[in-house]
Amino acid sequence: MEGVGAYTLLRVERGGLEPGVPGQFFMVEAPGRLLPRPMSLCLAPAGELGFLLEGVGPGTRALCEVEPGERLYVFGPLGNGFRLDVERPLLVGGGIGIAPFPYVAQALGDPPVLLGFRSERHAEAAVLLPNAAVVVEPTYVTEPLAELVEDHDVLACGPEPMLEAVRALAPTAQLAWEAPMACGYGACYGCSVEIDGVLKRLCIDGPILEAA
Amino acid sequence: MILNASGCLDALAAPEVARSLDAFVTKTVTPQPRQGNRPVRIAETEHGMLNSIGLENPGIEALVAEKLPRLVELGVPIWVSVGGFAATDFAELCAALDERDEVTAIELNLSCPNVDEAPESAAEIVVAARAETRKPLYAKLSPAAADVAEVARAVQAAGADGLSLVNTMRGLVLDTHSLEPTLGTETGGYSGPALKPIALAAVFRCYRATGMPIVGMGGITTGRDALEFLAAGASVVALGTVLFADPEAPARVQAELMTELSARGLDQPEDACGISHRAAATTVA
Repeated sequence: MEGVGAYTLLRVERGGLEPGVPGQFFMVEAPGRLLPRPMSLCLAPAGELGFLLEGVGPGTRALCEVEPGERLYVFGPLGNGFRLDVERPLLVGGGIGIAPFPYVAQALGDPPVLLGFRSERHAEAAVLLPNAAVVVEPTYVTEPLAELVEDHDVLACGPEPMLEAVRALAPTAQLAWEAPMACGYGACYGCSVEIDGVLKRLCIDGPILEAA
Repeated sequence: MILNASGCLDALAAPEVARSLDAFVTKTVTPQPRQGNRPVRIAETEHGMLNSIGLENPGIEALVAEKLPRLVELGVPIWVSVGGFAATDFAELCAALDERDEVTAIELNLSCPNVDEAPESAAEIVVAARAETRKPLYAKLSPAAADVAEVARAVQAAGADGLSLVNTMRGLVLDTHSLEPTLGTETGGYSGPALKPIALAAVFRCYRATGMPIVGMGGITTGRDALEFLAAGASVVALGTVLFADPEAPARVQAELMTELSARGLDQPEDACGISHRAAATTVA
């Protein structure tokens, strides 16, 4: 466990688990809670899996407090992940939406990155992506994005309003969505989100959906 | 024998989990396709969870044409859960499934808390379904009924072969900050460990009232839980919410159950069925 600005980096031994495609996620046991929490993989150092957490509810707070040596049930990788066959990638992250991008950046050879945060303390997480351009509220990532979008293939992760704004600017973007999820493997139908009038199970059809 | 609770597993998305069961129960199918309820659909609580899926399903035609042929390849007996908004819906669904050899049994979902109820009574729906099929019919009842044992007696008289006990109960979760309902539909179906004593009571009372075969479910997480459902009168148990957190639960619960049984000198799950009632029967006599 280590603090990264307002966030916490949880590193677990990989065991028999594969890190999967960047953008895929794992269900991580939240100690003392009934349901595990979906977490996209942030880092994949040798022999480990790294997850970036923001303690916002009882599950994520419990995970932020685990001690080295504790055992956690981790299940994955799950979902589809980003398409990496893009020519001019640009990573766009908002808040905890930065989570999948260190692993994505590694796979894509350190592409340009735009990050937006709600405070300077949250923005300290940009240390995970040293080349990133960073904005802090009241400036939103969509401001610098507007000038870059023409020349890039956008991969975005962040809160829903940000994804909607990115989608309006970049109709071909790959967007990583989020929803409360009980199982992560298609069983519960809880993570269905309505995209243009069609319900999609994010755990199977996503979490990465094409914007158009 | 361990099943999944309807709506708690997609056998085509997770075939290896389905193969670890003794039979697979489909998500409830309705005559027409349904998109289900708007998000948010899941909310965790301190001792359980709420869901508000709203019977999202492809409709009976697509189930029979596209899903059943793939499900049967799993090599696991298939139970189909059917639901509707009138007795005629249940009749139509049972008629469509009656000729399908792939279908081992039909579960009548008489108690989904996330959609409007059919106007007819449970017994009237069972009569309508019975007229259309010879397949085993299991009536899935709500523990929220004023007297679940009375409902059980009524569906038995109407021609049901067994009971599935219990469905979820209506509950509400409020957002931590706004205090507004978390779920898109405000209330949802409450499941998980908190439901276990309520479900056990329903199994216990319905077993005594009817003696029918019972699929017991509601918060089963361990082999000990499964043993208690058998003891209360279930002949089979089903796993629901636990599957979300632990896809390996069927094999684990089965192994734990066998350990529990052998510790009591019992050879097989059937030997435990109804043993909670022995003492009571002695007292009464």
